[in-house]
Amino acid sequence: MRLTVLLAAVLLCLSFSASADIISSQDLINNAAQYDSQTVEYAGEAIGDVMIRGQYAWVNVNDGNTALGIWLSKELARQIKITGSYHFIGDKVKVTGTFHRTCVQHGGDLDIHATSLEVIDPGFRRTLTINYQKLLISVILLLGTLAIIFLPRFSSTKP
Amino acid sequence: MLLRPTNEDFRTVAYYIGRLTVALGIVLIVPLITALLFKEWDRAIDFFLSMQLAIFLGLLPQKFFLSHRDMNWSQGLAVTSISWLVAMLIGAIPLALSGHYASYLDACFDAMSGFATAGLSLIQNLDHAAYSINMWRHLMMFLGGQGIVLIGLTFFMRGTAGAYRMYVGEAREEKVLPNVIHTSRFIWIVSLIYLTLGTITLTIVGFLEGIPLLRSLLHGLWIFMAGFDTGGFAPQSQNILYYHSFPYEMVTMVLMILGTLNFSLHYALWNRRFRELFKNLESRTLFFSIITLFMGTVIGLTRLHTYPSWIAIFRKGFYQLISAHTGTGFMNIYPQQFSLEWGHLALLMVIIAMGFGGSACSTAGGIKALRIGIFCKSLIQDIRRIMAPGSAIIISKFHHIKDVFLEDRLVRSSFLILILYIITYFAGTIVGLFYGYPFYQAFFESTSAAANVGLSTGITNPSMPTGLKVTYIIQMWMGRLEFMSVFILLGVVFARLTGARGRSK
Repeated sequence: MRLTVLLAAVLLCLSFSASADIISSQDLINNAAQYDSQTVEYAGEAIGDVMIRGQYAWVNVNDGNTALGIWLSKELARQIKITGSYHFIGDKVKVTGTFHRTCVQHGGDLDIHATSLEVIDPGFRRTLTINYQKLLISVILLLGTLAIIFLPRFSSTKP
Repeated sequence: MLLRPTNEDFRTVAYYIGRLTVALGIVLIVPLITALLFKEWDRAIDFFLSMQLAIFLGLLPQKFFLSHRDMNWSQGLAVTSISWLVAMLIGAIPLALSGHYASYLDACFDAMSGFATAGLSLIQNLDHAAYSINMWRHLMMFLGGQGIVLIGLTFFMRGTAGAYRMYVGEAREEKVLPNVIHTSRFIWIVSLIYLTLGTITLTIVGFLEGIPLLRSLLHGLWIFMAGFDTGGFAPQSQNILYYHSFPYEMVTMVLMILGTLNFSLHYALWNRRFRELFKNLESRTLFFSIITLFMGTVIGLTRLHTYPSWIAIFRKGFYQLISAHTGTGFMNIYPQQFSLEWGHLALLMVIIAMGFGGSACSTAGGIKALRIGIFCKSLIQDIRRIMAPGSAIIISKFHHIKDVFLEDRLVRSSFLILILYIITYFAGTIVGLFYGYPFYQAFFESTSAAANVGLSTGITNPSMPTGLKVTYIIQMWMGRLEFMSVFILLGVVFARLTGARGRSK
């Protein structure tokens, strides 16, 4: 029992120290000068498209507040299997790389040039439910519309 | 003496609003089909419901207040201003049902922002929004840019006098062609040709930049709608920054400039009268203003060493200035970067650019280059008058499609609108200050809303105060309609309460 508690405490501390190193998008944007050219850890959901550009790629990673552009090698980008969209929750990734307030290579973009990428949580297809109440209201409105169309007109002004 | 509007006046207004509401309901079929194509079943139900509601509510007044009368001035302008509010309320329904908004008010904010081609947005979790939602958001911009009433004019109106009054109510005094309905159709033809060319170009660029073909087509279509109609919405939360692409930025810059040109100028260019571009007071004012303000922006950014290279200054500084001046609001930086990194001088240049706006009879908002040009011309004329001998008669004229004499009447009307815009910019700023925002940010956001631009320093977000949301909605509405039809609507309400009985003409 004691051993289990001790193990759990150690794991908790380890996960806390790991998450403590991860910097949020808001922190990076609001303190961009402070983090400029520093190696940072950033985590979030890969969204949209993995845009391959030659031997490299752009991936936008959203940590729940804002998405940041991650510039990484094509090999690293290949680890991302699912990106976030309406039908999917994208892979949650953790990237380590150099943060740029205004990247010289990319026309002044605020970005991270990743040196490593790890998929923390794989993405999945979202379960979307249909609201039948809305469907019922739509049908009632359709019937109402048809009723108005076939009702005689009440003319208030003469041509 | 004010004449009290009769019940018949109200019936006529209700009848025409009903027609436009039905037109809006029919347009909802586009996002509905999109939802069905991409198997977004729950969104399809939302759009079906909204469509039925719009058609139902639009048919009611047509059934009970059938009118064959053509509209008089006050009716035409009142129909226009109310139509925009009705469009906001209807357009917000599918947005609110989608679950991407904290409240119906937030959905109304985005609907008004879309129709007014502002581009400020309160949507949440945009990166997971359905294609149909993005189709509707961008379609609202396209329709609003052309003019909601213009849809009605093109497809549903027969009487030209009343049609012209509604057309003017949407802040378009110029007729490209002698007949207002022909003018509306010309505007649609121009827009649809550009839509095809622009979408193809953006699709190719997007595909070459690594976006799958179908998605680059959809993004191309939406970004075209938002760019040419000087709107500023985008399908991803990072706006144009999402693409990390210089070619994409260049194409959108061309679209923004095309969108901000006067449709009369488009007509001249289509008829191969290319000299018009260099002779026209409006295009000259626009060019001079962009160059001057860009110089100011460059000085501001270089003094603070905001960007590391000239390419970066061009890609960020010039892009944002063009986005501001054309009234588009596309962003390739984060909103906070404006207030944290740009400094007051560069920020002021962007605010002035937003305030000036694009061309009259275009999809752009703001004071408009033609009015700024007329104001400058009249200033020069007055200086010449003072310096000339007492007996001298000073006459000025300028070129705008044709040679026009600078008459006092023209100067007065331009000056009036200019003053009203400035008052609106400052009124919104005061409300922003009241809620505790710093002056520069409040001024920036207020100007952006009233000039229908859509750039933001970060104030506009779902957690901002309700009073500020309502203020920006009113600013976007008044700014898009250029005040007069809103004032006429208020006048009609006032006359109903206090006016004498009689028949309005």
